[in-house]
This record gives sequence, structure tokens and C-alpha cells, in this order.
Amino acid sequence: MRKSVLLLYLIIGALSFSCAQDPENKVDNPSKVPFEPILLIDELQTPWGMAFLPDGSMLVTEKSGELIHFKDGVKNKITNVPEVYVRGQGGLLDVEVHPDYKNNGWVYLSFASEEGEEKGGNTALIRAKIEDNSLVNKELLYKASPNTTKGQHFGSRIQFDNDGYLYLSIGERGARDENPQDITRDGGKIYRFFDDGTIPDDNPFVGTNGAKTAIYSYGHRNPQGLAMHPETGAIWDNEHGPRGGDEINIIKAGANYGWPVVTYGINYSGTPITDKTEMEGMTQPFHYWVPSIAPSGMTFVTSSKYGDWKGSILVGSLKFQYLERLIVEGNKVVKREKLLDGIGRVRDVKEGPNGMLYVAVEGKGIYKLNPKD
Amino acid sequence: MKVHFVIFIFFFSGISICFSQNSELKASMQRGNEIYSDFCASCHLEQGEGIAHTFPPLAESDYLMENREASIRGVKYGQQGEITVNGVTYNNVMAPLGLDDQEVADVMNFIMNSWGNTSEKMITPKEVETIKK
Repeated sequence: MRKSVLLLYLIIGALSFSCAQDPENKVDNPSKVPFEPILLIDELQTPWGMAFLPDGSMLVTEKSGELIHFKDGVKNKITNVPEVYVRGQGGLLDVEVHPDYKNNGWVYLSFASEEGEEKGGNTALIRAKIEDNSLVNKELLYKASPNTTKGQHFGSRIQFDNDGYLYLSIGERGARDENPQDITRDGGKIYRFFDDGTIPDDNPFVGTNGAKTAIYSYGHRNPQGLAMHPETGAIWDNEHGPRGGDEINIIKAGANYGWPVVTYGINYSGTPITDKTEMEGMTQPFHYWVPSIAPSGMTFVTSSKYGDWKGSILVGSLKFQYLERLIVEGNKVVKREKLLDGIGRVRDVKEGPNGMLYVAVEGKGIYKLNPKD
Repeated sequence: MKVHFVIFIFFFSGISICFSQNSELKASMQRGNEIYSDFCASCHLEQGEGIAHTFPPLAESDYLMENREASIRGVKYGQQGEITVNGVTYNNVMAPLGLDDQEVADVMNFIMNSWGNTSEKMITPKEVETIKK
């Protein structure tokens, strides 16, 4: 009898220690928050990305294809935006400005594009300048191929790092068994460029036969969040898993993040994709969510305007319609908080140059989180 | 004898019309099923159950079955604003999906005839075409 009880304890113990992370999500509802949300830009349908210009104004993309310049409380529509392929999750996606925008004026846009031979679309990256509320000097920097009529997984966040490299995420475009594990194909990748779209010589697959040399890391599903860690300068992503298995990853050159060979998720239908959550040669996530929260948009808090938030990660949840704060200690998430509960599908979150936090919510607009002292 | 023959033809043609509509519906639903997994399942889930207060259910949905035109319009042009489905209020955004009229008809036929839903009248691309924003 005693032996069997002991064995039971051992089994329970082994089970609970065998996972690196608590398998179920535990998210707290904080009783007090250090901010007051204020709707700064109203009447937006699907604000997908936002960026800040040196004069304090903002650029916002609408998935339907509009680029909005918000200045002094007024929305100005920027004209001459490229034709976008609006289908499923595709449309006008992220916007980012060059770190040296003040001197060179470059604005970067990612979007679903029909350019190419085949029917359908795939993710494209351009840069352009804004003159008189119009996009000029447009340069196509990258276009993933082939096109497909599939509606999913364009990825599409743009992020610069401290060394001036430009990163772009592209999802696997609904071809999980063809794209993410094959470095000769686009999709399911994070790409690294110079600011003019040329490919750095020290990208990990330069010199590999047949490889798309813009690839920096692979084995991704649909990374819709990309941010630079303020201290290490490393690029982090968050990506949608299938049912369960959303992830935060620290992006390393040449690393394989495992989709769909290893995952903490299952098919939407409930059937398994694989029984493996780890494998040699495949990088484990920094954090994963079961069940999925559908993370889109991510930022690190560097500002000290929000109490003890400095160093936290903020992630938008499309599925459960809140903003999540992940508190990190050492190399793991120790606590998660649910903010703005029920506000709507949170598409993006950014910290502005003024240290304020901005949250893009579908069907609503852009909220500014006004700090409360 | 002649009368029998006429009756026979009458019944036979009736049955075959019925069959051909059935197989047309089946084919449309099959295409619709593919579109559903591609465009819809990540929010409305595999069995059309949705997520209460966020993504309305399609399975046994009173809104879907009683608002044929509005439902087609939602799939065709996207949906925004408050709706009530099975007594629960939803106020959310479904961005335009970018489907063509045939695809809208197919996915509508699939959701209106799955998970306990049945619809007598099949939706055709022509019907979708007539529905304006």
C-alpha cells in the first residue's frame, strides 16, 4: 500500500517536473493598473500596424489598404499606397519608420501582394517616402513567392535592431508541410536585410545551395509580433500556434523553431499534429501558451512611466480581447496579467518615443495608456 | 398504360431533379468545407461552436439561419457592429474575407448544412451577386 502511494507521488512529481513550463495558462486580473486608457484615434476597422514619426505624429495601417497619418488630432489619408491583396488575413499589414527617419525619410510597409505569375498573393516589403500626403520613391525590397489563394499566415511584422538591420516575419501561408522547414522556400521564416533590402553577407544561409538567403531563422508558423529586446538588442517574436502552442521565441541566426515537427499545439479539429514538443536541433520557445491567446503585436516596456512595468513584455490577444503583460525574471515568465479585459481584438501594441504605450484595437481604434501617478 | 408511363416519367424526373440538386449542394459544401478550414475555423472553430462573447457560433445559430441575406452580406463584405446570436450579444469585427461570389455561396452552403444546421434552399453565386453592401 505504502509503496503504491509513494509510486503515485513519484509519477505526479515526474509529470509536473517533466515540463519546463506550467502547461496551463494562469493569468491574473490585477486589481489596480497604472494607467487610464484613452481612445486617441477612433473609428478604425482593423488597425494592423503603427509607427511614430519624430514630430510626434503617427502612421497607422488599416488592413483594407489605407495608410493614415495622424497628426494634431486629424486623420490624413496617404495616397499612392500600393495595391494590396485583401483576402483572409492578407491586406495592408505593418508599418515601420527608419531609425534615421529624420535624415532619410524612409517608411517601410509590409502587405499581401498579387505581384508575380501565379494566382493569389504573398507577403511583400516596400520602402517609400511621404511627400504631400502621398507615397513617393517606392522601392520593392522583397516579395515572397509563390502566390497562393490561401487566406492564412502572412506574418508581416517589421522591426529594426540597434545595428540597423531590418527584420521581417512571413508566415507559412497555409502550407505547413511545404514551407516552414524548407529554406529554399519562402514562408514560415524571419528574414534579415540591410535597410535598402540588400542581403547581408553574413546571413546564415548565404552560400547554402538553393537557399533563400534573406532567411535568418525558420520553422515558424505565423509570427505577427516582432520586437527588439531593449537590453540585449536581440529580436524576439510571438507567433500563433494552431490550437494551443502560441509561442514567444528569441530569434537566433540560422535557428529552426520546429513548426510543424514540434509544437505544443494540436489541430483546430482536436487531432494531434505531432506527439513531439522538442527535438534536437530545434529551438524551444521562451514561452508558450496553452490554450492559445492568438498573440498579435508585441513590445517591451522600457519606460518608467508605468510603475514597475519596465522590462515587461506586452502582447495583444486577438482571441480573448485583452492586452497581456508578461513579467520576466531571469529567462522565464513568472507572472502574467490581463489588462484592458474585453476591450476588443488587440492587434498591435507599441511604446512611443515619448515612453507612452499605444494599443491598436479592431473595431475601435488606437488607445493611449495614460499613466496614473 | 400511357397514364402509368406519364406518372413514371413525372416521378422519375422529380427524383432526378432532387438528386441533381443534392449532388450540387454536396459539391458546393465540399468546396465550402475547404474554404471554412482556411478562412473561418481559426475563430469560429472546427465544429462552428465559436467562443461565447467573442466569435459567434455558427452551429445551431439562430442569427445565421434566420438572417440569410445579412449572413451572406457579412461573409461577402465583412461584418461589424452589434449582433445577437442565441441570446448572446457580440460586438466585434470580421474583416472582409476577399472571397468571390462562388466561394461565398460554397462556404454559406457548408455552414448552413453542417453541425445540426439544415437549409432548404441552396445558395447560388447568382444570389450572392444580388446582395449589395
